[in-house]
Amino acid sequence: MSTVSYREAMREALREALRRDERVFLMGEDVGRYGGCYAVSLGLLEEFGPERIRDTPLSESAFVGAGIGAALAGMRPIVEIMTVNFSLLALDQIVNNAATLLYMSGGQFNVPLVIRMTTGAGRQLAAQHSHSLEGWYTHIPGIRVLAPATVEDARGMLWPALCDPDPVLIFEHGTLYNTEGELADDSAVDITTAAIRRPGEDVTIIAYGGTLRTALGAAEQLAGEGVAAEVIDLRCLRPLDSATIVSSAARTHRAVVVDEGWRTGSLSAEVSARITEEVFYDLDAPVARVCSAEVPMPYAKHLEDEAVPQVADVVAAVQSLGG
Amino acid sequence: MTDATDAPVGDAVVATAPATDRDHGVHLLHQMLRIRRFEERCVELYSHSAIRGLLHLGIGEEACAVGVMEALGPDDAVVTTYREHGHALARGISMRATMAELEGKVEGCSRGRGGSMHLFDAATRFYGGNAIVGGGLPLAIGLALADRMQGRHRVTACFFGDGAVAEGEFHESMNLAALWRLPVLFCCENNFFAMGTALDRYESETDLSLKAASYRMSSWEVDGMDVLAVEEAARHASEAVRAGDPHFLELRTYRFRAHSMYDSDRYRDKGEIDHWKQHDPIPALVERLAASGALADGDLERIEAEVGAELEDAVAFAEAGTLEPVSDLERFVTSDPAPTEEGL
Repeated sequence: MSTVSYREAMREALREALRRDERVFLMGEDVGRYGGCYAVSLGLLEEFGPERIRDTPLSESAFVGAGIGAALAGMRPIVEIMTVNFSLLALDQIVNNAATLLYMSGGQFNVPLVIRMTTGAGRQLAAQHSHSLEGWYTHIPGIRVLAPATVEDARGMLWPALCDPDPVLIFEHGTLYNTEGELADDSAVDITTAAIRRPGEDVTIIAYGGTLRTALGAAEQLAGEGVAAEVIDLRCLRPLDSATIVSSAARTHRAVVVDEGWRTGSLSAEVSARITEEVFYDLDAPVARVCSAEVPMPYAKHLEDEAVPQVADVVAAVQSLGG
Repeated sequence: MTDATDAPVGDAVVATAPATDRDHGVHLLHQMLRIRRFEERCVELYSHSAIRGLLHLGIGEEACAVGVMEALGPDDAVVTTYREHGHALARGISMRATMAELEGKVEGCSRGRGGSMHLFDAATRFYGGNAIVGGGLPLAIGLALADRMQGRHRVTACFFGDGAVAEGEFHESMNLAALWRLPVLFCCENNFFAMGTALDRYESETDLSLKAASYRMSSWEVDGMDVLAVEEAARHASEAVRAGDPHFLELRTYRFRAHSMYDSDRYRDKGEIDHWKQHDPIPALVERLAASGALADGDLERIEAEVGAELEDAVAFAEAGTLEPVSDLERFVTSDPAPTEEGL
């Protein structure tokens, strides 16, 4: 057991993958000499060389497409995109190629590609570096979407993602890189299930990525008020682990979904709908949602804080359910 | 031929056609006729509703597909566009599997999942059939990158039309190929129209070879109506590509028919079409072979009969084909699970 940062955990995951399989390489903007925009890949160029830690031009569509092509030809590429906002420049390759090639080719060409990118607000980076668009990607059949929220998942999700024969997107919330946690020596994790991060019987709070600690903070505060909240970390955003979500909601009879995405057309809407579809008659109150304000992310700190879900918002949402 | 990197920018040259032996000339003619007759039959089948959706024909452009494929070996790869029947047939996907695909049958080369625009075949390393203009170029970059990283001397031939040159993905891919010295043979089939918009109405610089040259890539203009010229250029270029020097071929060609079956072709002069028909690659080759004595009396009829028999067989195969069970609708969204120990 050791204490590591989320960044170090991710770097160690990359290092392990690069050592374990010659076919693995990392490609993206400033991943090499610069050391990664968020310093995740710092030191890897020196260890693995410029062929495998490959700096790219600012050509998101071409280098994501190149990752797809290299995956088709037997490599196991990890493509890093600086932020989810930049991934929109590669949307054609992700949605029209990575997600469709297996199906369109009648099962002949699978795409074993991993794409990592930063997501989320909280660093005063304004409206073109701070959005939480992972919910959009969960709309797309043919890709797996992961959101590691703990150092354990940052360390453990990459290898199973690389072993997946199909494309996997990994969303790393930008405020998590400096967070620290305990890491067991044997840190194998799966990439299919949601996790109950805190058990409780009065209400289910469902979160993922950057909102997990918000949910845990709310649960802690609620405990002081005599409310035992169960906190679920979605971990895998597509396909959703419905069973874990709905069985918890059926047990606690109340559910609050916390999502840094905008409310309209969001992942929180999908989670809410599944609970309502599957365990409506077990609920004592409507499913509540705590989402980001429907504004482009503002720069000023007080406005940004106001825009994204905070502990107090989650506590208030739980209290509004009564009981 | 000179490399664009050695010559002043834009000083690309037209490849000249080589002399050819009889059997090879007849083979090229046979290949072009297979494509021409196949596509003519597609029109008929479309009018009978056996083929639906978008159908883009390359009638007039056969020399590009046939000439380039002659330069490729079985381990090389092909990435192409939605106007790719010719590429598929010339690459070696059977006429049966191609026609069955167009008819949406499970015996098709993509199990009926792709249709005319998305022909795929692992056996011939045919990576589709991409219907997003420019979308195939980054894939070709990746296929070539994998070859380079694994020390394999293979060519990835990437076909696209002149319209793709206006896309960002074209420029991003040209830059990456030249920067990383990736073994890609870029084959730009310039038919002078992006759907219904003429080249000089959408490009500020209409000399397409200049665009590749600006990335310090060897760039040649080729008469895309002359199969021998295309083959010669593709052979020379692919030799250099195999050694890690990407090349760009601008194949100047023309489609005789409309963009797709939905297109009423109001944007071109009939005179322009007639002019290009004078350069139809098939009669041009027939004439040339006949003049050199390579084509004897009765040879053309014999080739036509062979092509006709193959086509009848392919149509019968497609029509007798079966529909994929609807219970398989969701199959291949993701890979089938690997067999477990219990399942073995």
